[in-house]
Amino acid sequence: MTTSAETPTAAVALKSRHLLGIAGLDADEITLILDTAEAMKEIGGRAIKKVPTLRGRTVVNLFFEPSTRTRTSFEIAEKRLSADTLSIATATSSVTKGESLLDTVRNIEAMSPDMIVMRHASSGAPHLLARLCRSTIINAGDGMHEHPTQALLDAFTIREHKRRLAGLKVAIVGDLLHSRVLRSNVELLNTMGAHVWACAPSTLMPSHIRDFGVTATTSVDEAVDGADVVMMLRIQHERMHGHFIPSVREYFAMFGLTPERLRRAAGDAIVMHPGPMNRGVEIDSAVADGPYSVILEQVSNGVAVRMAVLYLLSGRDSMDPLDVH
Amino acid sequence: MPLVMDADRMGRALTRMAHEILERNRGLDEIALVGIRTRGVPLARRISRSLHDINGDDVPTGALDITLYRDDLMRHAVGPQPVVRRTEIPFSIDGRKILLVDDVLYTGRTIRAALDALIDFGRPQGIQLVVLVDRGHRELPIKADYVGKNLPTSLKQSVQVHLQEIDGKDEVLIEGEA
Repeated sequence: MTTSAETPTAAVALKSRHLLGIAGLDADEITLILDTAEAMKEIGGRAIKKVPTLRGRTVVNLFFEPSTRTRTSFEIAEKRLSADTLSIATATSSVTKGESLLDTVRNIEAMSPDMIVMRHASSGAPHLLARLCRSTIINAGDGMHEHPTQALLDAFTIREHKRRLAGLKVAIVGDLLHSRVLRSNVELLNTMGAHVWACAPSTLMPSHIRDFGVTATTSVDEAVDGADVVMMLRIQHERMHGHFIPSVREYFAMFGLTPERLRRAAGDAIVMHPGPMNRGVEIDSAVADGPYSVILEQVSNGVAVRMAVLYLLSGRDSMDPLDVH
Repeated sequence: MPLVMDADRMGRALTRMAHEILERNRGLDEIALVGIRTRGVPLARRISRSLHDINGDDVPTGALDITLYRDDLMRHAVGPQPVVRRTEIPFSIDGRKILLVDDVLYTGRTIRAALDALIDFGRPQGIQLVVLVDRGHRELPIKADYVGKNLPTSLKQSVQVHLQEIDGKDEVLIEGEA
């Protein structure tokens, strides 16, 4: 705007108009999102935590699964960017009357929103909508598949503490079988050059874990040994239709992160958890509330990362992908 | 490409503006400098250094990124968004006189965005505008208080400011037909 009429643009930009997963993002795109999030984070520290960027844009948060953290985080991010937002939880919607996913979304689209943030219990649901709908779709978690903004906020938090991602040893411990957080994090950390160690009891280890490009182990001590980052995942009782662990007490004894186990990690290690935490199941309270824990920072950073994603995707023509000229 | 300002002339212009700032404000007690990213930031630092050299006072200096306040952001619906960089204003602007610094004053739209952004940080006692080059063609009722050089241009021309800190060289160039 100063020296010429041209609009200065990013050297890199997001290639897709949707954010469906980390799969498909390259290192430059991930770095662009994380760098943009750094600028967004500063807005959260101001007296007036709001910028006019998405004025007049409408964002619908469509949550077919319960969520407190992610939905609140998206709503705050949208409001800080001045978007008009509304949130639909399925318990109070026509979904309970038997409407199909596609019909629900087509009806919402008839009211011309610009973006739809969605969470769904079925893996691939947002991908289906992205093909069939005109709005920009942001995946806020689909079944056991991906949760891209969680992986991005995790990476942002790691980068704040370690100044880098490449070369770090990241141990991910817990219910890996049912975890979309694992998948998105592995995709991201591998792309950025970190070394991921995946640790779970064999009943909760995905059978194709080798294809993930991680080091798999059933020993927590081995996974945590010298780790720069220890990421604990929740035991997902609601997705377990069978017997995966003998008892919560035994799981904690074998796999729970205690101060003793954490001593094996690097001296400046950080402990992460995407929440909600089961204290005394996957993590000891002394660790969750201890000096190495960055669990609440993850939550704060989630807002900044989601603002970055909303901003970067808003440049795309959301209403008619065919009319690009 | 015709050179309209070399390193010497740029240095003299900045020093002159520093003197004008001191004269107009009778001291630096309530003054703070805020540079607009990208090239306003090193210019603000240099003016701060000049003020220190003349008066011995340290003037707080910040950096403002106006990208999220641009009025053309959502106008081009297709294509990548401009890069957003950090705003760093490590002091309260309440009750201060803010000297807003940019390299080129042209349509005035950047300054409009910067004023909106600044007001979100607090209620300054006043805001004054410092620019290295005023090339004319305002589209909004905005005027600079301190100008390094008035440079009449045509709409077809573009003005390039290069600074040591970013471009490795201090110069102002004018490009294109008059």
